Amino acid sequence: MKNKVIGDSVPRWDARAKVCGRADYTADIPVKNALHGKIVRAGIAHGRVLCLDIEDALRVPGVVKILTPADLPKTKFATAGHPYSLEPGGDVYDKNILTDYVRLYGDEIAAVIAETPLAAAVAAEKVVARYEELPFYLTTEEAMADGAVELHEGVKNNILADTTASVGDVEQGFAQADHIFESEYQTQIVQHCHMENQAAVAYQDADGRWTCISSTQIPHICRRILGEALEMPWSKFRVIKPFIGGGFGNKQDVIIEPLVVAMSMAVGGRAVRLELEGEEVLAYTRVRHAIRYRSKVGVTKDGRITAWQMDAVSKTGAYASHGHSIAAKGAGILSTLYEIPNMIYRSRTVLTNTGNAGAMRGYGVPQITFAIEAMTEKICSALNMDSFEFRLKNFKKEGAPHPLNGIPMATNKVADCLTQGKAAFGWDGKMAAALGDKGGIIRRGLGVAAFSYATAVYPYSLEIAGCRLTMNQDGTVKMMVGATEIGQGSDTGLIQIAAETLGVPAEMVYAEAVTDTDIAPFDTGCYASRQIYVTGMAVAKAAQELKDKICRAAEQFYKISSQVLDIEDAYIINTTTGDRVASLGDLALYTYYDKARARTLTAEVSNNCHNNSYPMGVTFAEVEVDTQTGVVTLLSMLNAHDSGVIINPLLAEGQVEGGMGMGVGFALGEDLFYDTKTGAPLNNNLLDYKIPTAMDVPELGVLFVQPVDPYGPFGAKGLGEPPLCSPAAAIRNAVCQALGFEIDSLPLTPGKVFAAIAAHRSGGEANV
Amino acid sequence: MYDFNSYTEAHSIDEAVRALGGNPNARVIAGGTDVLIKLRSRDEAFVGRDLEGITRIPGLAGVSVDTQGDITIGAATSFSQIENDETITRCLASLGTAAGSIGGPQIRNVGTIGGNLANGATSADTAAVLLTYNASLVIHDSSGSHEMPACEFHTGPGKVRLEQGQLLTAVKIARADYEGYRGSYIKFAVRQAMDIATLGCAVLVKMDGNVIEDLRIAFGVAGPTPLRAAAAERFAKGKVPSGKILEQLGRICLEDTKARDSWRAAKAFREQLITVLPQRAISQALGGDGNA
Amino acid sequence: MRKAINVEVNGKAHEMFVDERLSLLELLRDELQLTGTKQGCGVGECGACAVLVDGKAVDSCIYLAVWADSRKVTTIEGIAATDGTLSDIQESFVESGAIQCGFCTPGLVIAATALLDQQPEPSRAQIRRGLSGNLCRCTGYSKIIDAVENVAKTRNGG
Repeated sequence: MKNKVIGDSVPRWDARAKVCGRADYTADIPVKNALHGKIVRAGIAHGRVLCLDIEDALRVPGVVKILTPADLPKTKFATAGHPYSLEPGGDVYDKNILTDYVRLYGDEIAAVIAETPLAAAVAAEKVVARYEELPFYLTTEEAMADGAVELHEGVKNNILADTTASVGDVEQGFAQADHIFESEYQTQIVQHCHMENQAAVAYQDADGRWTCISSTQIPHICRRILGEALEMPWSKFRVIKPFIGGGFGNKQDVIIEPLVVAMSMAVGGRAVRLELEGEEVLAYTRVRHAIRYRSKVGVTKDGRITAWQMDAVSKTGAYASHGHSIAAKGAGILSTLYEIPNMIYRSRTVLTNTGNAGAMRGYGVPQITFAIEAMTEKICSALNMDSFEFRLKNFKKEGAPHPLNGIPMATNKVADCLTQGKAAFGWDGKMAAALGDKGGIIRRGLGVAAFSYATAVYPYSLEIAGCRLTMNQDGTVKMMVGATEIGQGSDTGLIQIAAETLGVPAEMVYAEAVTDTDIAPFDTGCYASRQIYVTGMAVAKAAQELKDKICRAAEQFYKISSQVLDIEDAYIINTTTGDRVASLGDLALYTYYDKARARTLTAEVSNNCHNNSYPMGVTFAEVEVDTQTGVVTLLSMLNAHDSGVIINPLLAEGQVEGGMGMGVGFALGEDLFYDTKTGAPLNNNLLDYKIPTAMDVPELGVLFVQPVDPYGPFGAKGLGEPPLCSPAAAIRNAVCQALGFEIDSLPLTPGKVFAAIAAHRSGGEANV
Repeated sequence: MYDFNSYTEAHSIDEAVRALGGNPNARVIAGGTDVLIKLRSRDEAFVGRDLEGITRIPGLAGVSVDTQGDITIGAATSFSQIENDETITRCLASLGTAAGSIGGPQIRNVGTIGGNLANGATSADTAAVLLTYNASLVIHDSSGSHEMPACEFHTGPGKVRLEQGQLLTAVKIARADYEGYRGSYIKFAVRQAMDIATLGCAVLVKMDGNVIEDLRIAFGVAGPTPLRAAAAERFAKGKVPSGKILEQLGRICLEDTKARDSWRAAKAFREQLITVLPQRAISQALGGDGNA
Repeated sequence: MRKAINVEVNGKAHEMFVDERLSLLELLRDELQLTGTKQGCGVGECGACAVLVDGKAVDSCIYLAVWADSRKVTTIEGIAATDGTLSDIQESFVESGAIQCGFCTPGLVIAATALLDQQPEPSRAQIRRGLSGNLCRCTGYSKIIDAVENVAKTRNGG
């Protein structure tokens, strides 16, 4: 088969609609006669609601109803967008739609339904809660201390989970080492900051069921969770996802949908809209886990790792959300980046009265990569060993089995990413300039960091995806998937996979902006960089099935054996003669309208994936540090990725650049703060929470090393999350190289870098 | 929908002053880039008030120079207008820099210099610069108008010397306060745009040969209000601005500042900036690269 | 209280009687169904709601609807020609891969339109500054800056 569409920079199918303002997001969809909801949020960080006075609020003109916990089901549900598990020990069911036990400042204690958004906001302000306050814990240390109040009954010391994964025998490994290194690293709370806030609208449909239009990454999972939260059969709900203005994992949790459906139920099925404000999204949806790592590493004098012991304490905030899976994932990351004969990785996930941590692009990997690669540089610098030599010596080898689950890393080109990226970045020249610049106020430094990732969630969880292809009357093809396009470009990539398999140009395959659980095939949705990989497999299989059907139909209508038929450029080809037999359009007319033999052609595949492939990569960063002000200026940055075969280079570059941009924020500016006196978030708005502007991101370099992965469709591996895994670590390493000492926490804000410089100069503790 | 009580739009200064004076519930709104944000966060100072719009008052926006060479900037002049105004660029370059450092293009198109001053923030970028120009503020009320030195305007965080019924209508800078001077403004913030100053530093310097004849230094966020560094200014007079002198001068600035700890920045860090930024601003004003 | 205003939106004159507490964004989205303009942060930080008022970009979420009285407003729906032909900036956004989730795109097209009107030959640094009032979390800005730079080059005959 000739490869015509894979590897082409096909423009996104929805680009024209988006650039004209014609793409409809949740808030753009007209719904008749809708009411407006507003969440009443707690004004304390931990305690019980003793009474809720809603009388004044009810008197606000336009208020229709106010919901309190008493009005809603008592059953707890889990918000994480994980596939349902038939085995015990899955998600933690710890959330009520509204609560009378407050676990974080801003927890949801009541909800107003009103005729206008303003009336709802005014009324929400007038709801008065009286509390019995309990001590609140902003740090994991406080929450784990003996005697600390349990945030959730039965969670001892607020430790949600405490697990250990190991390979070999670390004590033996340390005994074999010539050098032992120990250090501690800390990451901060950051937030997704998708530009479209969470928004949903719910109403009762003609058949009596409940429709919820929502900006969700996981429509099919959302439907199940609605059933669980509202104690009704899952089929009573229909979830519709229109265009989405970004999610980055935050919309992989079911946060507002149960409430908005409950609101509609409370007003007899009339539509209710609930749109969060930016401040609510930042503080009260989901955040990234702040994680503290302790590492102890044994290394031989020629630079081989003999043992790595790592201890992670992860702050999950007020509810479990994704639970322990993010902290626990680190074991696989550490052991697939480097060949570590003896490893022990302990992780604890701890509840605190802070923003609820959930999935965020990279799923814990940006955090652990920071810790791993900071330690790696510490070792290189102590052994006086080249950063590249050490990494090349210790990288996990291609083909080696995953040490914890046994799946072979069929392709792994991290070493090529390192060497090719080094050249493309111009490392040697930049390093010469940096080394010649150590005396002044402004100092240059270079940093490198590598990462390992996994595509999708097999073997830890279900990996299922569906695709339905229908040939239209003119020979074009409609593609329906349950996967969720949230801006990353997966729909366009899937179009390319379908088109390539079918033998038609990309513009003959139509995607669908809307994912509707009543219509779209079952698929668990957008997370784990899985869609091109797992859904791509389903699309490729469906396309192959449709192609076979087309050839068999052509045999029937054109009397040529389907064995010799193929499709090229949307024509059915006789491969023995090379002649065009008919266009797909001509054939389609027969399949639709031939009185005797018409059978419309459809293929539907549900694919259960039993593989995993490993995207790898490296970031290179060049910085200038102003030693008087602590300002870090990022001069240049390059990401080199092994994500297998790149389906669409232009869109793939965009993914990488976007991840790098988020990495800049994670490294240099973003940090969600809490008031230690009240537990209230301090900077939950886009002025005080500093995501990068166009002036804060440097020119970005992108390089792809493209092995053909034997498992992924057309050799592709995941790419959505990997770009964000290593930038912060590389930037940190560059800053430390510029300064000549280590800073072991993020973000590297001017204030922190200056304080570290001052401490270092006064001979104090260099590590901050 | 914003939760104010009413909105009226004045067509003259007199009309605005009458509306403000006759109604204790009335509040001024200019570009709205502060007022509307406060309303949205349900700030009691604005919720339920009667807003008086002033941006369409003829003559309230724009920059003019009188026959003496004194410059008047209307209170409703937007940051974009200031940044791109030929007179400002020629005579008050550091004010243009400050205006250009605010928000992003959309905010600068709407936000006004009067609003930047009247909301009383110590971080107001134009306020520190105006202190170096010894600007005076024109304030109208029912009894007419009077002028007030800009240095007397800010009285505390979010507080300015404006009574109910008074309207800030213009900023004036005398020719003697800019002619022969060179100024610069450094906004220190975490981001390059859309940010609030961690510290703002404005300087204005007049040289006599290689000696400093006059120097003015003002800071934003170095205390509860924008403030001048009088001791450092005195110290500089008559000195050659060598690296060593500037270093000394930076430290002397601390005598007049009152930086404090906040979650945005530690006091020690702000004080470091207070000693470093004037050195850089002076170098910049004198034509260097600022990395003194 | 309601006020009568005359506002021209995308070339069409509207005589409207609007609640004076309404933002221009609400006027456009709720009264005129011009939903291409997005509500993002609501506080003038993200630029998703940017529109042109008399040719200047403003954040319509913090701009009162009554301020548009006697003015010309251009929204994203008014950027393409009436026959649907994209403007050169829109075309370049599509071709350069500047669009991902698309939520910030209308505001960025507006900001880029205003920028190139005022600064026909911007450097990349000037493009960054001209777009600095519009946050994008998907792209890292690279391809957006490429898109605007490509238009400027083409317009200037290069």
